[in-house]
Amino acid sequence: MTSPLVLRAVGKIYGGRRALHDVSARFEPGRVAAVLGPNGAGKSTLLGILSTLVSPSSGVVRWGDDALERGSPLRARIGYVGHDPGVYGDLTARENLRFFCALHGRDAGGARVDALLARVGLGDVPADATARTFSRGMLQRLALARALAHDPALLLFDEPSAALDPAGAAWLQAELAAERAAGRTVVLVTHDLEAAAAIADQVMILRRGRVVRDEARPGGFPPDTLRGLYREATGG
Amino acid sequence: MADPAPAPAPGFLRQALHIAAKDLRIEWRSREVFATMTFLAVVVVLIFSFAFVVEGARPPAPVVAGILWVAVVVSGTVALSRAFDREREGEAIRSLLLAPAPRGAVYIGKLAATVVLMLVTETVLTGLCVILFATRMDILLLRVVLLLALGTVGFAAAGCVFSAALLRARGRDALLATLLYPIIVPIVIAGARGTAQLLDLSAPDLEGAAFWTKFLFALDILFVTAGLWAFEPVVGGD
Repeated sequence: MTSPLVLRAVGKIYGGRRALHDVSARFEPGRVAAVLGPNGAGKSTLLGILSTLVSPSSGVVRWGDDALERGSPLRARIGYVGHDPGVYGDLTARENLRFFCALHGRDAGGARVDALLARVGLGDVPADATARTFSRGMLQRLALARALAHDPALLLFDEPSAALDPAGAAWLQAELAAERAAGRTVVLVTHDLEAAAAIADQVMILRRGRVVRDEARPGGFPPDTLRGLYREATGG
Repeated sequence: MADPAPAPAPGFLRQALHIAAKDLRIEWRSREVFATMTFLAVVVVLIFSFAFVVEGARPPAPVVAGILWVAVVVSGTVALSRAFDREREGEAIRSLLLAPAPRGAVYIGKLAATVVLMLVTETVLTGLCVILFATRMDILLLRVVLLLALGTVGFAAAGCVFSAALLRARGRDALLATLLYPIIVPIVIAGARGTAQLLDLSAPDLEGAAFWTKFLFALDILFVTAGLWAFEPVVGGD
């Protein structure tokens, strides 16, 4: 994937309240970009716009030669992992993956689904266990498998490690690194500065809907440096 | 990796079929909604039968038709109130909307699953009415079934849009009935009138029933078209 994701003066207004002000940014493939900021900063709105589920009130998001907008066929190349798993609790892990693979026009055969499950460490889950019976960590693994099922070029994560235990959080970090190495564009919204410092090579800090810092460092951000940047940008 | 060219997505009908099959698979496993629908429908029919059936006398056709259609509406409301519950749980709706399925395919898939579920319940319901009210069991019963099927499509077509719109609303069950019932009044009137004309044992009015059948068909086209048009903004995400 060679095309960066480019935001130009993106704004969003909800019922008279401005959630995003003229956000311009560039997310490169093969990088993990962490979007940070206090509650209400506009992080989830930004992710909603990148996922095409929310339309910007102004500005444009471009991906390659095309506008990434609501209803765009490019959404077929986006994988989304939120704090909710986005799967059907009454289906088994395999049925969930088969369903989403089929919707994406991808091979929904047993071998591919098994490979996806093995990749996220769910290879030995009982075939008849519905997702409702899964632990939080297992659900998050299934969510990642679901997001990867159609081989997306852009991966969006919204607080993916919320409610994960330390082992689960470490696994997730390794997965993010693997996706970056695979050349995907990864955008991670998080409150967890430690997690961001461990993985991000680009940091965007939002405050009251505005970008107050956007910096890329190929070598990453040491935790102390990131904390300092965050304090400086947000005053908190 | 390649440039962000989307993979070729399956066709509209195939996508809709995947969605309907998924809903029906879940329902087949739990039979949760079907059991509730059937229970309510049977209770409604039994209550009305105790109220209207005089021993030894067959109730008038309009009464039977009214009972049948009230039971359809009550049980159908249960199906619609649960139609998007599984999408709401765990935010599966987001994954569904991110898939390259046109919103129309999502709507048709949900509609198809709801219609199948309602038709299965109506089969039980029709059988119960035949037994309790000694209604006709000849070829005209098939025309009653056609009226029921057409009425079900229109009812579900309007209901699926409201059900999706109320996905995240509090008190959505009460709101669903409040919003939906005024819209589906023409369907219920047409269905009940047509059914009454067919169930009249002395002189079934075939011409009148044919009119109501065509009227329901026209309403179906109207409601499905409006549903396809309205579904996209309703489930948008903003």
